[in-house]
Amino acid sequence: MGTTFVFTVVVLSVLGLLLAVVLFAVAKKFNVEEDPLIDVVESVMPGANCGGCGFAGCRAFAEACVKSKSLEGKFCPVGGNSVMQKVASAMGVQVEEKAPMVAVVRCNGTCQNRVRTNEYDGSVSCRIISSLYSGDTGCRYGCLGGGDCERACQFGAIRVNPETLIPEVDEEKCTACGACVRACPKGVIELRNKGPKNRRVYVSCVNKDKGGVARKACTAACIGCGKCAKVCPFGAITVENNLAYIDFNKCKLCRKCVAECPTGAIHAVNFPPKPAAAPAEEPKTDKQ
Amino acid sequence: MRKLIVSPAPHIHGDNSTGKIMRDVLIALVPSVLAAVYFYGLFAVMLLAVAVVACVGVEFLIQKYMLRTAVTVRDLSAVVTGVLLALNLPPTAPWWVVVIGSVVAIGVAKMTFGGLGHNIFNPALVGRVFLLISFPVIMTDWTVPASCFRPGTDAVTGATPLALINEGLANGFTVDQILKDNGLNDYWQMLFARAGGSAGEVSAIAVLLGFIYLLVRRVIRPHIPVTIILTVAVMTGIFWLIDPSQYTDPLFNILTGGLLLGSVFMATDYVTSPMTAKGMVVYGVGIGVLTVLIRFFGAYPEGVSFAILIMNSIVPLLNKYIKPARFGKEVRHA
Amino acid sequence: MRRTFSKGGVHPADRKLAADSAIEILPLPQRMYISMSQHLGAPAQPLVQKGDRVRAGQLIGASSGFISANIHSSVSGTVVAVEPYADLAGNPAMHVIIDVEGDEWEESIDRTPDIVRDITMSPAEIVKRIADCGVVGLGGASFPTHVKLSPPPGKKADVLIVNGAECEPYLTSDYRLMLEHAEEVLLGARIMMKALGVTKGYIGIEDNKPEAIRKMRELTASSYPEIEVVSLRKKYPQGGEKQLIDAVTGRRVPSMGLPIDAGAVVQNVGTAFAVYEAVQKNKPLFEGVMTVTGECLDSQRNFRLRVGTPFGEILEAVGGIPSQTAKIISGGPMMGKAVSNIAAASVKSTSSLLLLTEKQTKRRMEGECIRCGKCVEACPMGLEPYLLNKLARAGHNDELERNKVYDCIECGCCMFTCPANIPLLDYIRTAKADVMRIMRGRPKK
Repeated sequence: MGTTFVFTVVVLSVLGLLLAVVLFAVAKKFNVEEDPLIDVVESVMPGANCGGCGFAGCRAFAEACVKSKSLEGKFCPVGGNSVMQKVASAMGVQVEEKAPMVAVVRCNGTCQNRVRTNEYDGSVSCRIISSLYSGDTGCRYGCLGGGDCERACQFGAIRVNPETLIPEVDEEKCTACGACVRACPKGVIELRNKGPKNRRVYVSCVNKDKGGVARKACTAACIGCGKCAKVCPFGAITVENNLAYIDFNKCKLCRKCVAECPTGAIHAVNFPPKPAAAPAEEPKTDKQ
Repeated sequence: MRKLIVSPAPHIHGDNSTGKIMRDVLIALVPSVLAAVYFYGLFAVMLLAVAVVACVGVEFLIQKYMLRTAVTVRDLSAVVTGVLLALNLPPTAPWWVVVIGSVVAIGVAKMTFGGLGHNIFNPALVGRVFLLISFPVIMTDWTVPASCFRPGTDAVTGATPLALINEGLANGFTVDQILKDNGLNDYWQMLFARAGGSAGEVSAIAVLLGFIYLLVRRVIRPHIPVTIILTVAVMTGIFWLIDPSQYTDPLFNILTGGLLLGSVFMATDYVTSPMTAKGMVVYGVGIGVLTVLIRFFGAYPEGVSFAILIMNSIVPLLNKYIKPARFGKEVRHA
Repeated sequence: MRRTFSKGGVHPADRKLAADSAIEILPLPQRMYISMSQHLGAPAQPLVQKGDRVRAGQLIGASSGFISANIHSSVSGTVVAVEPYADLAGNPAMHVIIDVEGDEWEESIDRTPDIVRDITMSPAEIVKRIADCGVVGLGGASFPTHVKLSPPPGKKADVLIVNGAECEPYLTSDYRLMLEHAEEVLLGARIMMKALGVTKGYIGIEDNKPEAIRKMRELTASSYPEIEVVSLRKKYPQGGEKQLIDAVTGRRVPSMGLPIDAGAVVQNVGTAFAVYEAVQKNKPLFEGVMTVTGECLDSQRNFRLRVGTPFGEILEAVGGIPSQTAKIISGGPMMGKAVSNIAAASVKSTSSLLLLTEKQTKRRMEGECIRCGKCVEACPMGLEPYLLNKLARAGHNDELERNKVYDCIECGCCMFTCPANIPLLDYIRTAKADVMRIMRGRPKK
């Protein structure tokens, strides 16, 4: 009994020692010299590995930053300015503040607004639907409701509302990583300026058909009438291919266009209710 | 007119369905079940009833109250597991042993892996092997009391032919002596019916009828059972030719024990067998070799269950590395 | 010996309901919508404007590239618009819209019913005529025929195979063509053999069409000895190019290869007929045979139809759309396209309008994969659909490429046979497109 015990202890100790030596030797021989700064930068990253920065993950982003010694053109949308500030101080460089962004779904073709013209019976995936046909409504530009954005989002920030079949963005959770923008085959989702107090004005439609066609397909469609562009005092609105677009860098959130739009395609969100304009505006705001 | 349906092609579906496949397996098991009932009477009926009810019940309870997912007992897969488990137990196994086997089979071997389609090991076999290891006495007690519930036969046999051989060889007898002493040299009788053994092992013909039905209905492909049986025949043949006094002949090995039942119904379980024909052959050869090794050199007289479970474990590897023959040679375009 | 292709395949029920209905002529509709993208490759360039008078057979869309095809007016009348018009999937494509007036044809077209047997043109002239007449493959993919008849340098075909398999359930247009225009089909084959410079031709016909086999055998025995009629054991997808070459000649087209890599050129029966008409009658491809079928219809019909006929008009001609119709398919039930827009018009390769009821076509609830391996067994390309589906849903493009997703011919056998009703092909199809785009994007070595 005693000898067995001693024998076991000795054998295991020797084995452990031997393996430790081997491990040490291998670690020395195959050691890859890496800038320790990369680890420092990586440690301040959010660690979501979402790819929103355009690199394969947080580590790749850190490597790219350290190797190029500058932060030009690099931005972590998840961490935002605070993380970029930390990265900059770790690397000893300056970084410009970027306005925070948020994903915006530019389609209001809910089941009420858009009549379903046929019944889709295949796999529920926007990719599959869009490569098959124009979709189950008369509008061939709008949201297909297949939820590719929802599946692409790592933060649970975008969810298809089962009643409207239109995705809704949770502003708190959205990091503007752009995964949903890339996932949407219809280009319905856009990253827009988050705006002061989250207030934004945008055209919630991407239909480029002529007014009549668009209107027939969806009661909330932009018909490209151009009234909004005329009324905008800042020249922020352009109408191209029968579709209005509001440049969020020029928009001053005056909301004149919102009142002017005949179909309610322009949405103003997170504004306090204006007593005068409240009745007209109410149905146009996003349900949050 | 209603709204038109739009979907990607194909627009029609064949008449396969999981439920239909399971139903076909059950139909294929009918001859074996009938044989078991004929020879073991009410014991077999009880055994089958308890096993099926327990398996379906465990699956239902787990899906409904633990996983809170859709209950899929209608696909009959739990029924198949129940019947197979029952056919792999001694006919006189007490009801609580059967229930424990069912809980292990469905609860541990199937549902913990994610339910139908996700289990690595054949549930019925896991149940059986669990019982064999936990209750060795009950699981090797093949004594069946003569009673009015067993109209088919009056023979009361204590041990399976394989167990008799194992024991006899250990006591220094030759194969011929053992066979003669125990009246096991009539292969015709074995083919049709033989007492001693688990409920599903009694009749080779019943299993073969089921096999033919499965082949005709294209439920299974012949690769797995055929390679298992051929491998066992070849391997036992070699040993038998070397020393007929110590090793039993191929026909005896094929007809006895759970080899036929195992290779037709257990080894061919979709979920736990390879997807490609080539993989099936490798898998079948593996089961055959392991079975013979366990029978001739292992501690247990019978090794089909263990052989299948061991080969189950390498099925994911077989699926990963053995690819079907692709159509057309690879050409690297410049 | 009854030949068939060597791997996989499924056996959907035949349902050739319209097999005994002779080809009829549909009265001309009032307005025709002729698409400028009726073929694989670049759309044709419209050559007419609003207000122009056109005659049947007049060139109205010019081929705009090597892989492209001419488009001809199928009717005489006045062009009312040249504008985007929604196709059967609701996506707009450039169309020439014509109001029909009378039925004047270009004078160069030989409208007599006589069969012209002497082939006087040289191979180069034949290919040019086929290109001029806008002939495209009518088997489904609409690949321009003149491109197929001009093998790339260094590659040489030694057999021509005419595809008379018509392996899709319900479809009967090729069958009727083989019965009613057998000699024209064989002449078309002979013309294409001359163009390719091959001496051996085959026509592969599935054995569920014994009449067509008998008729073709009679003709080949008496006057077309260079063409062999091959009776094929019925199995889907026999009409796939790679499968047909395998079934008829035993040669295997290499992975990622083209039929020409196996020395074969495959042309559909309808294409052979169109080639005959183009070369011997100088008639551009502006009509074709279309089956209108489905259990819910009172009558099963085969029509000879001008290109650009709106689906709605065709369905009116068979008594309207029955109320129990749930899905309208252009093409066969295995590979055809579901129609979402019945205002869309027929194109050159529209071979059928198939009406299915909800019970026949509605997808069943998806279950768990039980790893039965039936999809692997059914795949005619030797792929593992269950695995590709899993990888596709996870977006593992490298693994997909390693498992040869690019070899998928999208025949749908896997999905047809799956007992768990898993929509395998939905995901594999998009994954295949992704992987092939990645592969094309790679720098060539």
